[in-house]
Amino acid sequence: MTSTTEPPATPQRTPYEPAYGFPRALWRGLARVPVPPPFSPRTWRSPLRGRWLTSVFGLVLLVGLPVVIVTGFLSWLAYGPQFGQAIPADVGYLRPPPLAWPTSPAWLYRLTQGLHVGLGLVLVPVILAKLWSVVPKLFAWPPVRSIAQLLERVSLLALVGGILFELVTGIMNIQYDYSFGFDFYTAHYWGAWVFVGGFVAHVVIKLPTMVRSLRRGGPGRWLHDGVEETEPEPADDEPGHSLVATSPSPPTMSRRTLLGAVAGGSALVGLLTIGTTVDALRPLALLSPRGRSYGTGPNDFQVNRTAFAAGIGPGVGDGWALVLRGGPAGGVRLDRAALAAMPQHTATLPIACVEGWSETRTWSGVRLRDLAARAGVPAPAAAVVASLERAGPFARATLQADQVLDPDSLLALRVGDDGGGPMADLSLDHGFPARVIVPALPGVHNTKWVGAIDFRDAQRSGAGPVRGGA
Amino acid sequence: MAWFRRFYGESPLHLLALIACFALAGAALLALSPSPGAVTIAIWFVAAVIGHDLVLYPLYALADRPLVLARRARRRVSSRPVTVAATNHVRLPVLGSLLVGLVWFPTISGGGAEVLAFAAGLPPTIDYVMRWLLVTAVLFLASAVVYAVRLGRAAVRERTSGL
Repeated sequence: MTSTTEPPATPQRTPYEPAYGFPRALWRGLARVPVPPPFSPRTWRSPLRGRWLTSVFGLVLLVGLPVVIVTGFLSWLAYGPQFGQAIPADVGYLRPPPLAWPTSPAWLYRLTQGLHVGLGLVLVPVILAKLWSVVPKLFAWPPVRSIAQLLERVSLLALVGGILFELVTGIMNIQYDYSFGFDFYTAHYWGAWVFVGGFVAHVVIKLPTMVRSLRRGGPGRWLHDGVEETEPEPADDEPGHSLVATSPSPPTMSRRTLLGAVAGGSALVGLLTIGTTVDALRPLALLSPRGRSYGTGPNDFQVNRTAFAAGIGPGVGDGWALVLRGGPAGGVRLDRAALAAMPQHTATLPIACVEGWSETRTWSGVRLRDLAARAGVPAPAAAVVASLERAGPFARATLQADQVLDPDSLLALRVGDDGGGPMADLSLDHGFPARVIVPALPGVHNTKWVGAIDFRDAQRSGAGPVRGGA
Repeated sequence: MAWFRRFYGESPLHLLALIACFALAGAALLALSPSPGAVTIAIWFVAAVIGHDLVLYPLYALADRPLVLARRARRRVSSRPVTVAATNHVRLPVLGSLLVGLVWFPTISGGGAEVLAFAAGLPPTIDYVMRWLLVTAVLFLASAVVYAVRLGRAAVRERTSGL
């Protein structure tokens, strides 16, 4: 009945429309030029490549990478940009929204930075697989078919270059390899912004394609196939621009095996990484130079900067006295006996490093707020902690008010394991005679070999404008 | 908007997203440019792309060819049907080993050993190459066990169906 009113059947629409734009003659002319491999579409043989497969990897990265990006910027915030001590310090408008880094929960930095490094590593196999799945596009011929594609391909430099650069620099940094010769923080920070640009644009452009591809090939369709039944996805574009092979080889692997292999790769990397942050699993981190256990004693946890590297000699404790500054009555000197005579507080706190490793220890010493009161500045706006170390980028660190006043913020004199075992004086490498430990503070700002603390009121706090260029 | 699409090739949103991308990347490059080492950073950025797309990718694609060719040869040479394909039982542990070797390359190759000794007080007593080889051995062993189990199950299936 209704068929009489329908328009004559339109010719079967191709599932894709080759998107040629201005200047059409040029792109079409290029398309007619015969090209050798790897530009000829016959180069790509895998029957597994296609939009559905790429979309699966894309979906995982769409969920995972924002977590890595956000936790990365949180780490920048945790360094205290208001005191000009985030690195890089002067970033203009390209900074995350201002947010005072809290001291609670104490495991906050352990979590965010553990996620940044750990998840970043776990996503490596997914990123490599995603790049493998789209490699025919790199050698597409004609290279572009419109101004839109030309611009998009340029933007892929920000996307692909960005993620690879961030991975390479990050992976080298967590393994003490600084052979790149530039400042890691600067490079990783600005590289991240370039990547964010490429990533956001890519998501905006490709999200509809991803959703459509995932809907069209539900899990039942492509995951169900064993090797023998594995067939290429339907072509999504003209030859030379399609992810799907024009002349596929017989399958040697099913899609579910490939996805399982990538997941297995992620699990393997995760297994070799988790030991840098979970005490019970430390032996699993057998390839990680950080987050190691040096033994079973109270001081046998990761050293990130030895006394030797900091130029601190074994005689540092002789005649040592802590100097407290900032009070109306001038400086106060407290030697170790005087510190030990003050009320001692014990706190079990993690120490978490920017390189992703973390470890929980029990620390005991004098509360920073008690020292502030002793100095005559009971309500400081900030405190500058100076190490006896002369040089070094972290020889001094500024703490914000809540980091000084938190009841668990200590000038630690002694350390023990997290299970209530015996405690011992800090070892020389861990900051003897005294070090700072503050909940949720990045490891390097927990200054070791403390020589002086300058408690500052609001006028002298040194807090710069919100933009952080102080 | 049809004229725009015909000229540009995509929707205006596509163009807006790309302009935003270029603006952000440009701003980041501009902010980076006064830093010492900016040129080296840019070189490493481009080298990362070239290193992956034009070196790493072709290498592992080529490395996979012998495996695929051997598989084809086996199927041509012998008429006996393949009960359990061995290809992936070689391919996957190799991939796992290369992945671990890549992610921990600075440690395995000793690139960070000097800084490690200086900064962390860890003398280079651990043989990381050995550890990497051990991980590799475990991967191949696991793969071999799974292969053996699959072979056994295929043999049982054949016998029961033959009865």
